[in-house]
Amino acid sequence: MPAIPQKIIHEYLRHDKKFPHVWCAGCSNGIVLGSIIRAIAGMNLDRNDIVMVSGIGCSSRMPVYVDFNTLHTLHGRAIAFATGVKLHKPHLKVIVVTGDGDCAAIGGNHLIHAARRNIDLTVIMLNNNIYGMTGGQVSPTTPHEAYATTAPYGNIEPDFDVCKLAMGAGATYVARTTAFHTQETQNMVKEAIEHPGFALIEVICACPVIYGRLNKKGGAPEMMKEMRDNSIPLAAVDKLPPEKVQGKIIRGVLHKDIRPEYCAQYAELMKKAQAQGGSK
Amino acid sequence: MSNSETINPNTTMNNESKTSSTTKVEELQNLKGRKTVLMQGNEAVAYGALDAGCNFFAGYPITPSTEIAEILAAELPKRGGVFIQMEDELGSICAVIGASLAGAKALTATSGPGFSLMQEGIGFARSAETPCVVVDVQRVGPSTGMPTSCAQGDIQQSRWGTHGDSPAIVLYPDSVKESYELTIRAINLSEKYRTCVILLLDEVLGHMREAVRLPDLSNVRVISRVKPTVPPHWYKHYENNEKYPIPLASFGEGYRFHVTGLTHDSLGFPTNKPNEAAEMMARLKKKITYNIRDLVQIESFQMDDAKIAVFAAGITARSAKAAVVMARKEGIPAGLLRPLTIWPFPDDAVRKMLRDVDIVIVPELNQGQLIREIERLVKDRSDSKLIKIQRVDSKLIPPQDILQKIKEVI
Repeated sequence: MPAIPQKIIHEYLRHDKKFPHVWCAGCSNGIVLGSIIRAIAGMNLDRNDIVMVSGIGCSSRMPVYVDFNTLHTLHGRAIAFATGVKLHKPHLKVIVVTGDGDCAAIGGNHLIHAARRNIDLTVIMLNNNIYGMTGGQVSPTTPHEAYATTAPYGNIEPDFDVCKLAMGAGATYVARTTAFHTQETQNMVKEAIEHPGFALIEVICACPVIYGRLNKKGGAPEMMKEMRDNSIPLAAVDKLPPEKVQGKIIRGVLHKDIRPEYCAQYAELMKKAQAQGGSK
Repeated sequence: MSNSETINPNTTMNNESKTSSTTKVEELQNLKGRKTVLMQGNEAVAYGALDAGCNFFAGYPITPSTEIAEILAAELPKRGGVFIQMEDELGSICAVIGASLAGAKALTATSGPGFSLMQEGIGFARSAETPCVVVDVQRVGPSTGMPTSCAQGDIQQSRWGTHGDSPAIVLYPDSVKESYELTIRAINLSEKYRTCVILLLDEVLGHMREAVRLPDLSNVRVISRVKPTVPPHWYKHYENNEKYPIPLASFGEGYRFHVTGLTHDSLGFPTNKPNEAAEMMARLKKKITYNIRDLVQIESFQMDDAKIAVFAAGITARSAKAAVVMARKEGIPAGLLRPLTIWPFPDDAVRKMLRDVDIVIVPELNQGQLIREIERLVKDRSDSKLIKIQRVDSKLIPPQDILQKIKEVI
């Protein structure tokens, strides 16, 4: 067996049987995985205390590659599974990796209710604007008029702003970045894990093989350049004229506040019940 | 008569004493004051779950199961357990499985429409071999049906409701006392066999009150999952061996294993290899079929010299037993065979019954879900040995109807 290159990321990967991975050449998922691992590596966390939960889709294949407690669940249900894990063992750091279809379509109900409860989960939504694993069907984040195999004449639906949705539902940490901005992703993941409440990070990703081809976006390098050129930091928005902001991806921590976290509130509820009940 | 093994039979004499100031509700909730109390089937399920060590409940309100959630919402926090009302039944079963993987004894309760929504999760728990219990208090269907009325329409759904091919364990009580006992047994079996165990209740049983004396806690046999003792790098949580149970670590205990609903190898990693898929499917099947004697419970009432047998489960078996008693008073050699475990189906006991008696009457509150299993075991399909009594109008089958049928065929 050849020697494993000693980078931080390699200390966190499962080397036996798990590679090569399922992702296509040019896919952003591996880049985001790198950012997640570097964030965790920089936090001095015990990896026995980290649970990575995912649903179904390309990005949801991520947990199998990493050496944490890992749970690859049903389509749309990652946040519900994660809620069970977190509530029974609140000291665990529970990270949900999900895609745009998994999180915002079939799993939308769990997303909004977990945000409303403000349960301490870190949800990382990798948004590639399409259902990649099933071959390119339209998703809730496919842009208006973009093409997909199930939108062959162009998408007539508006796309979901999942960050706004999470904010409206009560998430206390909401951020957006792109796979191109690896350091920014890494910083956000660290901040989200440390944040005591429900955190959502939307990472805009490139799917050159399916989304890119259907929409004539060029290859992976062109799509990475587009992420760089077509996004602006939140801090710059106020300084720019409106026409330069129009149609751009706004990156940054879009919302952050502190309100009572669900597991902490449940612990208080238990104290109250035990003081009042006295049974057993 | 019930030969449930979870309860020590010498328990009925315990704990007569209690403090005089407790109200009836407090007394019900205070499991130390174990005198005879009037209790609903749904209450019995909730207290059975608590006595079996259930410490996690996630559910969604649905008639006629809601009392189970309401009692556990009050009781679990007192005992350090978690109650959460989820946004739907899809989330409920998934939170239950997640909690179980973190080490909880987890349970949910629902009724037909919610049970349908939980089917995908039930399949996940079976595939990922994760202990959990689903209580389905059946109501009239199809669809929304009649929410406060009784039917036995989920017998086959409890076996085949989830997609794919996987064996099931389903228990079916016929009394409030037995609802308590079989809830404990369901949790015990889920822990022992690492699977989703289903408890079917009839709406009437869920809401019916009977005098019950719960056993003293020290006499309740509680089984918990076996934990691995090997070092983490040796641990295979889906090891193929003939020994059960296979140890299950919990998240956060240093084992860092992978769980997936995809077909997986002995380390839990997804596989497309036919030999590994075959091993997994064989393991899921064998852990049921090799342990039939541990799993199947049958009540045999007046069957020794019976020429006419009634085969019935749940609330219908109550009517059947009354009919058998009336028939015996008139000198008719009738008996009752009642499965407490409906899945795996008690094939051997039914074959014996088919050999021993001339006629089998199968009353049920559906259009033939139990009788088709007996038909499967009848060698000659043209045999007129089987008589059906089926009712789907939300009313129970009264004992007189069964007695009348017994008299017609004798």
